[in-house]
Amino acid sequence: MLLYSQPLELTKLVHSLDAFFRSSLSPFWATLVEGILIGIAILAAYALIALALIYIERKIAAFFQSRLGPNRLGKYGVIQSIADMIKILIKEIIHVNKIDKLLYYLAPFFVIVASVLSFGAIPFGQSLQAVDFNIGVFYVLAVSSIGVIGILLAGWSSNNKYSMIGAMRSGAQFISYELSAGFSLMTIVVLSGTMQFSELIEGQRYCWNLFNGHIPAFIAFVIFLISGHAETNRGPFDLPEAESELTAGYHTEYSGLRFGFFYLAEYLNMFIIAAIATTVFLGGWMPIQIKGWDAFNQVMWYIPSWIWFFGKAFVLMFLSLWVRWSFPRLRIDLLLNLEWKYLLPINLVNILVMVIIVLSGLTLADIFPAVFGK
Amino acid sequence: MTEQIIFYILAIVIAVFSILAVTSKQVVRSATYLLFVLLGTAGIYMLLNYYFLFAVQVSVYAGGIMVLFIMAIFLTHKPGIDVNPQDSWKVKSSAVLSLAGLVLCGYIILNNVTRVYRFVKGDELQMQDIGTAMMGTDKYQYLLPFEVISVLLLACIVGAILIARKDNGNDENINKLD
Repeated sequence: MLLYSQPLELTKLVHSLDAFFRSSLSPFWATLVEGILIGIAILAAYALIALALIYIERKIAAFFQSRLGPNRLGKYGVIQSIADMIKILIKEIIHVNKIDKLLYYLAPFFVIVASVLSFGAIPFGQSLQAVDFNIGVFYVLAVSSIGVIGILLAGWSSNNKYSMIGAMRSGAQFISYELSAGFSLMTIVVLSGTMQFSELIEGQRYCWNLFNGHIPAFIAFVIFLISGHAETNRGPFDLPEAESELTAGYHTEYSGLRFGFFYLAEYLNMFIIAAIATTVFLGGWMPIQIKGWDAFNQVMWYIPSWIWFFGKAFVLMFLSLWVRWSFPRLRIDLLLNLEWKYLLPINLVNILVMVIIVLSGLTLADIFPAVFGK
Repeated sequence: MTEQIIFYILAIVIAVFSILAVTSKQVVRSATYLLFVLLGTAGIYMLLNYYFLFAVQVSVYAGGIMVLFIMAIFLTHKPGIDVNPQDSWKVKSSAVLSLAGLVLCGYIILNNVTRVYRFVKGDELQMQDIGTAMMGTDKYQYLLPFEVISVLLLACIVGAILIARKDNGNDENINKLD
């Protein structure tokens, strides 16, 4: 019944593909073929989302600075980022002398692999999730922490003072803000009682976690957005690549596609942070549902779940870009102060408050079970 | 069959990179090879369907301790320079020591490997089970106080920094930066 009411949903396609492979191949080959197909789909989505994000970012940046942005290639410059992609693919890779060759060539892969690994666990829509770990949130936090090693190695192996300083700054910044991001997600894990993305989304059917946990959830949301923004080395937190002092920070010596890897990972990390915030706080791909309003709920399901997901994620990315183009760059000591003296203590108290609220039954779902209950 | 192929790949990765980690002459490279060993171990946890330990291994060892390793190496004197080979008796004695360690660990593992099956349920370990083991008060539970004791270590480190800190009037300048 639900399948017929959702014409644009990809659930049916995914299930029929799965049934086709299972029936025509042995289990080993079916798993292998499906794994390869999912891998290709994820890499394709990774590249396409990056292209779209680069265009969106340039347009929004232009909007904030009263410029036009890309406007020559295609209508409103829409194929500008495709042209940029072709340019970066055929650019010469400059070989640098007196570097640690092995680590220099290895470093971009750490960054991009960490980004792709966490990208792979995101639920993009109904049935559009590659793996559904029972530790979903923790998995994403864990694999995204490998990226900083790539940045450190890139800075060191380049044998360049600017790169080195950029890498050290980035390392300090990433370790610090990872704590806050982790703790704010744990606050919501306390609220929802699960780390699995599918259960997190199902639990937010009638009330998003952001509203269900009211005050502590809102604080956690704001802290997650700040620390997630800082982890991606963007906006007011872009000291590692502060162009006025460090030329380009840790990727000064990289050129061509190897620089492209850093660039791509940075854009996708922005998307990944927005996607995780969407899934954990804003109900993920679940359409807006109101208990008892069955007709309304059916109408909402007509909008496919992946449009809901990308819509919510886009709102958060717009927030992130807004911050990026509105605030001046922080000084390193201010940056570390913000994390260690403000965000972290607030976060620790916040978890305690959330535990008390959950235990004493003060969440919205507990107070108004008729409206927000599961 | 699939599991065996993946296991052998991971085992080869772990073995090769652990040898490279001790034979490499550059400290930063050694650290990178060690990182691959840790990631390979994480892969084996994942093969065992033990996702929680996988995530712990990746986030604590690969993402946390290795970053600290690499940053600490950066702070040493000229990290890029090749390390000279040690005296031959040092190499020999450390080889003997590591062999002795291998024999001891192998003996313990061989003797206890059958006992593990009693505790392994065979299916995926749920996060809720770990949570109750940490916070519960029954037998085999009550892990949280044990973990909280590790805060003592943090107190020691903070104390050591406080004692070792030079106190020559620079404090005012530091405070001005705040």
